[in-house]
Amino acid sequence: MKLIYFAWVRERVGKREEELDIPPEVATVADLVAWLSGRGEGYAYAFEKPATVRAALDKTHVRPSAPIAGAKEIAFFPPMTGG
Amino acid sequence: MATVRVQSEDFDAGREAAALAAGRRDVGAVVSFVGYCRDEGGTLAALELEHYPGMAEAEMASVAAEAEARWPLLGVTAIHRYGRIAPGEQIVLVAVAASHRGEAFAAAEMLMDYLKTRAPFWKRAHLADGTVGQWVEAKASDDASAARWGAARR
Repeated sequence: MKLIYFAWVRERVGKREEELDIPPEVATVADLVAWLSGRGEGYAYAFEKPATVRAALDKTHVRPSAPIAGAKEIAFFPPMTGG
Repeated sequence: MATVRVQSEDFDAGREAAALAAGRRDVGAVVSFVGYCRDEGGTLAALELEHYPGMAEAEMASVAAEAEARWPLLGVTAIHRYGRIAPGEQIVLVAVAASHRGEAFAAAEMLMDYLKTRAPFWKRAHLADGTVGQWVEAKASDDASAARWGAARR
């Protein structure tokens, strides 16, 4: 699965995007956040307050409870500040 | 069908608003809003706007479609810039045409409220002293403004 990071999530993770094999027991966005947080300091820092990080599956906003099966691309980013 | 553009270059707000009424006889009102970069009392040198290509356009189109479903609109244009934007420069435009001003005003306001909370753009401040400042934090008041229109919180 392709993971993409934006703004300070990108800076904390230390990369713009990556391709990862996600274990099958990682079922939801919240599971993925927990799994990523165990991958290293940068990830743990990016997701230290999971409620402040938003997610999109295949470019559509989703909640933490959303299942990730079948998604090609998941993005993590801070609350949006456009406009 | 709304016109949605995400671009680094500036736009001509007057021309975009005029285009919504050009050649038509049914338009009675065009409301346009332009958001500018402000210098925050002289402390800000520029804003850097990051976006999620593809999703930014899709969310703006989805927001425009919601406005079109809610009011009898005759045209919608939404343009959002990305990249480095200096104080005094334009960042965002929404322009709405309708038969009457009521729906045009309301739709323009809803579009901006939704764009701020749903379109994937992030601002970072570059400060006048030459340092790179913080990412701009989302405001709870923006969520509250969007919620007025009955949207689920994202």
